[in-house]
Parts: sequence; structure tokens; C-alpha cells
Amino acid sequence: MTERPSENNTPTILNDGFRAAWPICVGYVPIGLAFGVLAQKAGLSALAVGLMSALVFAGSSQFIAVAMLGAGAGIAAIVATTFAVNLRHLLMSSALSVHLKGVRRRWLTLFAYGITDESFALNLVRFREGGWDWRRALAVNHVTNAAWVTSTVAGALGGALIPAHAFGIDYALMGMFLCLLVYQLRGRIYVLTALIAGAAAVAISLMIPGNSYIVAASVIAATAGLFIRRRWPRLTRERGSP
Amino acid sequence: MITQDYLLLCIGMGLVTYVPRWAPLAALSQRSLPRWLEEWLDLIPAAILSALIVPALLTAGEPRQLTLWNNDLLVAAPVFLFALRTRSLGGTVVLGMALYWLAGKVLG
Repeated sequence: MTERPSENNTPTILNDGFRAAWPICVGYVPIGLAFGVLAQKAGLSALAVGLMSALVFAGSSQFIAVAMLGAGAGIAAIVATTFAVNLRHLLMSSALSVHLKGVRRRWLTLFAYGITDESFALNLVRFREGGWDWRRALAVNHVTNAAWVTSTVAGALGGALIPAHAFGIDYALMGMFLCLLVYQLRGRIYVLTALIAGAAAVAISLMIPGNSYIVAASVIAATAGLFIRRRWPRLTRERGSP
Repeated sequence: MITQDYLLLCIGMGLVTYVPRWAPLAALSQRSLPRWLEEWLDLIPAAILSALIVPALLTAGEPRQLTLWNNDLLVAAPVFLFALRTRSLGGTVVLGMALYWLAGKVLG
């Protein structure tokens, strides 16, 4: 890893991180506020909400945990459910590891904490485009984490005062995901893999409750894509480099 | 007020969430991977994004059911085309929010 001090001073890195991360932060605000309001209604204080957001940092599992708390579920049941819901990060972390070769363990330890659906997708695209490194990716992870913790606490403190669904803000993350998917469609094989994943995800999500369809459909699609790429290399040759 | 049980719950949730985030990074980033695994991982982002997006657009309810006509899906088509043409992340996010807001006003 070569050091380029002029481009790698902390303000520049943070600035790049902020500029990349804003769509995620905007998207987290309505979800975070909604979570805070819900948790507060379930009897959690703002401090309790902040503690969970800081320690877990995984939106959907936090919503489920609060609902389970409200239904009187025990700690073991909630922790087990959280594990199942967040297992998908295993795939994301694996895909990111390709771009984090040789980064020191202690930085990886800090980096892992901030891997979410959103930061994963954004960082992976940036890594691939070049001009991106683990420091900037780490900044994205922690800027978005700060936005999440802040908005959930704000929701617990006074989220009921803020009008829900303002300015189409509920669509921010979907918009970002759609564009990040477009970035991923760099050749026929990626389009084909995405189509298989989408179809499999819909089918599985209709059959099995919960979010296991994300991991299942991704594994099926990537495996099918790899098979197709190996079996018909010419058909699926990409534009540009592999 | 944070009770001991609640603290335990958060630590437990934090741990089981953190380990799957950390283990592949720790295990895979320090070595070179076999070619097939790199190729497989190369396809994972497109697969995950599609697996996150498509059910969110095509299904709703609890238990989930297919919904082929909803604002999320309606807005997704022009937003996707805009992203294809411009490749602008910020522009796509803003257009998506604007169209979704408009769809809510016009279509309810």
C-alpha cells in the first residue's frame, strides 16, 4: 500500500467519505426516525435506542428486536433471530475482502463494524471504479453509522413531531440501490446474474417468511452465473477487463 | 434507564451481527483466493442488489404477496432508466424522491 500524503490526509479522506455517503445518510433519516418513534412507544428511552443502534447498527434486525421485545420475547430468541437476519453480511464481507487485501487486522476490525447493505454496495462500486481505498471506505462506514445512531435517537426524542413520508424521502435508499445496481451491470453475465437473483428472490420471498431469500437468491444466482460463465465463455465475454 | 437485561440483549445482538461482518474479512483478505471463488464473489454484488431490490418492488404485505402495481414499482422504471443514461448517483436519488413524492400526491 503506497502512501500518498497529499491525498491521504484526514480532512481529504473524511471529505471524500462524506461526499460519497450522503445518499445513504439521507436514506437513513426516515428509517432511523421511524425506528426511534417505534422503540420509544415500546418503552425504550433515547439512551437505550442509542445503545442498540451503536452496538448493532443493522436496521431491520433492530425493528424486529423491538417488535419482539413488545411481544415479550426472551433475550435468546431475539439474539438468535438477529443472527439469522444479519447473516447476509457474511456474503458482503466476503465480496469486500477482495478489495481489502493487506489491510491491517485492527483496521479490518473497525471496518467490519460498519458493513451494511448500503455501505457495502456503495464501497464496492467505488473500489471497482478506482480512486478509492480502505480509508475512504472506512469513512463511509462510520459517517453512515453516525447518521443512523443520530437519527434513531432523534426519533426517540421527538420523532413524532416530524411529518412522516415528507419529500419522498422514503425512496432515497431504493433510488440509491437502483443506481448502484446499474453500476454493477458491466456485461451480459452481470445482467443475467441480476435477473436470476431477482426472480429467485421474489419466488423464495413468497414461499418463505423472513429475509433468508436475500442470501439464498444471491448464492443461487452467483453460482448459476459462474457456471454459465465457465460453460459459455464466449457468450458472456465482457466489455473491457474481467 | 438501561436495565442489565437490556444491556445483555444489545451486547448479544451486537456480537452475532458483528461476527458475520468480520470473519470473512479477517479470513479472506490476508490470502489470495482461488480463481473460481474470486469470479463467484465478483458476481455477488449484482446478485445481492437485485435480491434486495426486486422483492421490495414486486411484493408487499405480511405474508408477502405479489403486487404488480404500486408506486414503488411505477417510480422504479423511470429512475432505473435515468440511472442507466446518466450514471449519476445523486441525481438518481433526488429524482427517485421527487417522483415518489409526486406519485404519492397524484396516485395516493
